[in-house]
Amino acid sequence: MTTQKSTNIILFSGDYDKAMAAYIIANGAAAYDHKVTIFHTFWGLNALRKDEHVAVKKGFLEKMFSKMMPRGADQMTLSKMNMAGMGPKMIKKVMKKHNALSLPQLIEMAQDQEIHLVACTMTMDLLGLKKEELLDTVELAGVAAYLAGAEEGNVNLFI
Amino acid sequence: MKADLVLNAKGLACPMPIVKTKKAIHTLEPGQVLEVQATDQGAKNDLTAWCKSTGNELVDFTNQGDVLVFWIKKS
Repeated sequence: MTTQKSTNIILFSGDYDKAMAAYIIANGAAAYDHKVTIFHTFWGLNALRKDEHVAVKKGFLEKMFSKMMPRGADQMTLSKMNMAGMGPKMIKKVMKKHNALSLPQLIEMAQDQEIHLVACTMTMDLLGLKKEELLDTVELAGVAAYLAGAEEGNVNLFI
Repeated sequence: MKADLVLNAKGLACPMPIVKTKKAIHTLEPGQVLEVQATDQGAKNDLTAWCKSTGNELVDFTNQGDVLVFWIKKS
């Protein structure tokens, strides 16, 4: 191999199942020795939230957003058949049965494989998410950083 | 075939077999052989494609009942 290939994924969705797909592809690409970046924007940022409450100063609207959005990957809902929370419970049971990794485990594996987890700062501001509320390994960036990676990239996905 | 390292990936679901294979192959020296045992039926195409893309050689493959066994020589 001469130059390292790269995979760049934009995770826009805050759905558990879509985020799983993104993280499975990312971990697979890392096993292909690609340089892998997942650029989290809008609802996808929730996958990076710590599951505990972090005390940070926020305005009223931002506080409301924080309350209404899932706090961390495990709290995310399904894009189909969510059924007020029954769907995620059922799918997690089936996943365990089939030995599939849960979303939090996939994220942990991504960190272990040195996948770059990037949070879009513009949407962080919109949704009122502070760096302290996100996982410690998260890098902050904007559209230029994504484009710089994507224009050189071999696999580019928007999920 | 004699392997220098055996990776038991039985019962693991996608993407674990290739993630573990990658980690295992990194511990070997060029020319050494890794044996991978998997039960994920997608692993046949996955590991074949992985070998092709990463330049490692898929020396042999057998299907022993439900278990797929691969021998991969590190490039």
